[in-house]
Amino acid sequence: MIEVKNVNKSFGDNHVLHDFSTEFVPGRVNLIIGQSGQGKSVLAKCIVGLMEIDSGEILYNGVNFSKMNRKERREIHKEIGMLFQGSALFDSMTVEENVMFPLSMFTKMTKKEMLDRANFCLERVNLSNVNKLLPSECSGGMQKRVGIARAIAMNPKYLFCDEPNSGLDPSTSILIDNLIQEITYEYGMTTVVITHDMNSVIEIGDHIVFIHQGRNWWEGTKEEILTTDNPEIIDFVYASKFMKTLKGRLS
Amino acid sequence: MSYIETIGKYVGMIRRVFSRPERLKVYYTRTINEMMTIGLNSAGIVFILSVFMGAVVVIQTASNMDSPLLPKYTIGYITRSTTILEFSPTIISLILAGKVGSNIASELGTMRVTEQIDALEIMGINSASYLILPKILAAVLFFPFLIIFSMGLSLIGGYLVIFFTGLSSPEEYLFGLRSFFKVSDITYALQKTVVFAFIITSVSSYYGYYTKGGSLAVGKSSTDAVVWSSIVILLANFLLTQLILL
Repeated sequence: MIEVKNVNKSFGDNHVLHDFSTEFVPGRVNLIIGQSGQGKSVLAKCIVGLMEIDSGEILYNGVNFSKMNRKERREIHKEIGMLFQGSALFDSMTVEENVMFPLSMFTKMTKKEMLDRANFCLERVNLSNVNKLLPSECSGGMQKRVGIARAIAMNPKYLFCDEPNSGLDPSTSILIDNLIQEITYEYGMTTVVITHDMNSVIEIGDHIVFIHQGRNWWEGTKEEILTTDNPEIIDFVYASKFMKTLKGRLS
Repeated sequence: MSYIETIGKYVGMIRRVFSRPERLKVYYTRTINEMMTIGLNSAGIVFILSVFMGAVVVIQTASNMDSPLLPKYTIGYITRSTTILEFSPTIISLILAGKVGSNIASELGTMRVTEQIDALEIMGINSASYLILPKILAAVLFFPFLIIFSMGLSLIGGYLVIFFTGLSSPEEYLFGLRSFFKVSDITYALQKTVVFAFIITSVSSYYGYYTKGGSLAVGKSSTDAVVWSSIVILLANFLLTQLILL
């Protein structure tokens, strides 16, 4: 479980996160949603330690991550898998080498064992016969799936996905969303997805945190978000003409 | 950012670079690969520059020797001394700062803006050490060979000019090359080279590693890397000349 307690983060005079608190429980897909510029990515970067918080606490299974130094954090980092917005695959490595990379750094597996594990992870994300391709030779959807395969290669306890659907067509987006959900349930991981895609919210949102002006504005499930009368959420959920039309027809 | 802050950040980065590596075998492989990328791949440009540099030094020296009292072998002597003491270690290092420095800064800068460095950190890898240490080691170990290669080629370039133009006889040129030779000149040149190799890779890595923004920022980091590596090389050259030769 990940606990975020009263986290504050500023950049000069710009106070991005205000006393932010929430909990992300294992075996559920936790979504952080909100409009652009509200602090979603900053919150995610603070949780994984890519940014330092000004005050508050971040706990991984009760261990105070925010008070640890870089070396102490490494042990927790080894339990984290992350899918980046642009996939962040290593350009100079093939798909197979990308997935094997964390294994080669942190395990004593033989090359064959690493290759077997890489193939298993690639098959798990429905990729085959792509081992020798370079990331530049893969489509956006394939890159995301390779990113997920790399993220799960070390059997992480925590999975972070930063806008996994950005730049993907609707059907590939659904495929990626379902994959994230399946993996979360299968391995009992604590999954945190940063998104502003309403399709993802409806598809996989077990626990949704709505961030507005750097504050935890609302929390609930995908069913609750559609019935809430919170004006900021209504503005966010029904921002597009499509959603407004849909809402009109349903009501 | 003030210069003091920049220096502090650079020192902080160097401390992280030289912290204990995760897997020595991985670092060994990466160092060998970097030797190929930043060392062996620079051999071509070093070859061309060195031959022409030696040739020009011979022509310049010969054209400035007006006094008939100066023996012709002076051309060989001056060519050897200037090449070994300054031209090969300093000029070639400045050229390498342009070629290798921009390559390192743009590679690391691109990795930064595409979140590849963040991905390494999230995995629990010391990204500074993993990415930068092999580059520094490769340059420090390989550049001395490049500079010795450059010295030899410069002297050959000078010989070719002598041979084809007749500015002096080849025998006099070769006699000049051997005259008053001190091994300490080579040692001095290689000491300088090692320092310059460290400067080129670490300064360029600093600008690449701390790139902020998008593709424009990568271009700026690359330019800054070349400019500051060159400035620091010139300063270090001055200080080392004072320290070692005087």
